Amino acid sequence: MSSSDLQAPTSTTIATASAAAARKKPFALRQIIDHVVLIAGSLFMLVPVLMAFFTSSHTDVTVHTNGLQMTFGGHLAENYYEAMLVPGGFTKTVDGMRMLMNSFILGIGFSVGKIIISMLAAYAIVYFQFRFATLAFWAIFTTLLLPLEVRILPSYEIVQGMGLVNTYTGLIVPLIASATGTFFFRQFFKSVPNELIEAARIDGAGPVKFFIDILVPLSKTMIAAIFIIMFVFGWNQYLWPTIMTTDESFFTLVRGIKQILNVFIGAQIPEYGQAMALAIVAMVPPVLVVVIFQSWFVKGLVESDK
Amino acid sequence: MAKVVIDNVRKVYPNGTEALSPSSLSIEDGEFIVLVGPSGCGKSTLLRMIAGLEDITEGTISIGERVVNALDPAERDIAMVFQNYALYPHMSVYKNMAYGLKNRGMPKADIDAAVQKAAKLLHIEEFLARKPSQLSGGQRQRVAMGRAIVRDPALFLFDEPLSNLDAKLRNQMRIEIRKLQRELGVTSIYVTHDQIEAMTMADRIAVLNTGKIEQIGTPAQIYHTPASIFVASFMGAPPMNILDGHYNGNGGLEIKDLGHVAVDHTLEVTGDIQVGIRPENVEIHQAEEPHTIPIKVDFLEELGAGRLLHTTIGNTPFIAHLDNEHQINGETVFAHLPARALHLFDASTGRRV
Repeated sequence: MSSSDLQAPTSTTIATASAAAARKKPFALRQIIDHVVLIAGSLFMLVPVLMAFFTSSHTDVTVHTNGLQMTFGGHLAENYYEAMLVPGGFTKTVDGMRMLMNSFILGIGFSVGKIIISMLAAYAIVYFQFRFATLAFWAIFTTLLLPLEVRILPSYEIVQGMGLVNTYTGLIVPLIASATGTFFFRQFFKSVPNELIEAARIDGAGPVKFFIDILVPLSKTMIAAIFIIMFVFGWNQYLWPTIMTTDESFFTLVRGIKQILNVFIGAQIPEYGQAMALAIVAMVPPVLVVVIFQSWFVKGLVESDK
Repeated sequence: MAKVVIDNVRKVYPNGTEALSPSSLSIEDGEFIVLVGPSGCGKSTLLRMIAGLEDITEGTISIGERVVNALDPAERDIAMVFQNYALYPHMSVYKNMAYGLKNRGMPKADIDAAVQKAAKLLHIEEFLARKPSQLSGGQRQRVAMGRAIVRDPALFLFDEPLSNLDAKLRNQMRIEIRKLQRELGVTSIYVTHDQIEAMTMADRIAVLNTGKIEQIGTPAQIYHTPASIFVASFMGAPPMNILDGHYNGNGGLEIKDLGHVAVDHTLEVTGDIQVGIRPENVEIHQAEEPHTIPIKVDFLEELGAGRLLHTTIGNTPFIAHLDNEHQINGETVFAHLPARALHLFDASTGRRV
């Protein structure tokens, strides 16, 4: 027994001891439950990705005969080389790098376009009192309920009529109107204090200057958040690019994966290894965008006070 | 430096409410004028019309010799300090102060000189690289002042700039703002709901109530000869005691529940009168003397520098200020209301008579 045990316990030691005892049991149980749930969730998410990665290191024959693989095969480099650098498809003109670039153009064009258009729309709705502003907002807002698929035929008709089939413009521009983005920016702009606008007016900032010098920097976190969502959304677009681009040199990664699996030339086995390799490649940029922009996003949230 | 003339300015909002009845006010070059009144009295509306942030419904405002009704805020040669500072959160202190000058197209070197000079004046040189979020309330207020000073305007506008600060800092900033304004000699209009700020800072005060200017005058004039019951009770802490009375025309004034008081001048009106007396003018005696009335001591409020005696006369609360030497024994004392300290107001119009 140590000497301290002989002393009368002070009120603080009693308090901390009883608090620790009270905390200990539910803490342990909760920890176990938390971890079980988290581990199960992570496995649920990660196993298919790992499976795709391992499968991408096997030959097509192994995959065709034995199904998806959970061990590392020896053909990683050649599958990725084939997928990325050797032209494939029907016309043998497009390789993985080209598709990666197309995906980037679509993803970035889509997200940046949406951010610009929706910021400008929200700016007009919030700061300029024009006739039917509320009506315009609600009209935009109700289109949230309509997915792209509803207007896909008329949109195609218009783009085709303008001769924009098989162009990046045709691929991107019809998609960049964004009710979601407009809505989020509207809510954000409404929270910007009026005094800031008045201070800017006294400082001689007109509408354009105020937008660029004050509003855009203030919206950094909103922009980062919307960029994350929209980049991933744009990157994963499938239906619209499928309809808009018939020329293989405009194919995106997401389409390319499908295309590889579709190719049955003669009696060949589908190129499973390459398809999995492309799938892994297609996954990396969105993950990077989320990781990088999320840290900006969090940083912005912590720093900003209006 | 400029004279500001507000000529019959009126503000009606689109929904029909009149925020400000036609009001006129002439502000001398270099003067520090305080607009004071309860919330909703139109003081901020008037300030915002001078700034150009609100349209002027009727009348004209001129700064210097220029009528500014149709000018943008940036063209009026004014600077404004806001209640919530309104600093741009994403810009450093330096950039906050430089922004207005940059928009005017001033050369970089001149901007730098102006910012450094203002920063030195306000003792914020060490914060120039920081963001507003890294500053305390008082420091932010200084930056907001700095942003106003660098513009070297003809007119400073202050919109309750101290109401977000704690009491100690407020007292300190009050003095600093006043000192700074004297040094710079810039005409200033200062809006507040705090009568102490108004009394201590102003060259002249304009008291507003329900969209009207009730009185314009120096702090002493406002305090000693309030033009209406509203001004009398709004300015001064604790407020002036107001009692009902009746004047019968021959120098005889009857105060309800108190009796007769002799007044040495004849009044132009007869009939119902409201009688005001400041707590510090009430004389309290321990024993009955001529012209005193007995009052019951409800309680004593200790102020340190003195005490406040609370009582009621009839049903009206009544406060008397006592200095520290004054001993109170027992529950009843005798009050004397000196005739020279009485303020008389017409009961129907509320104006001074």
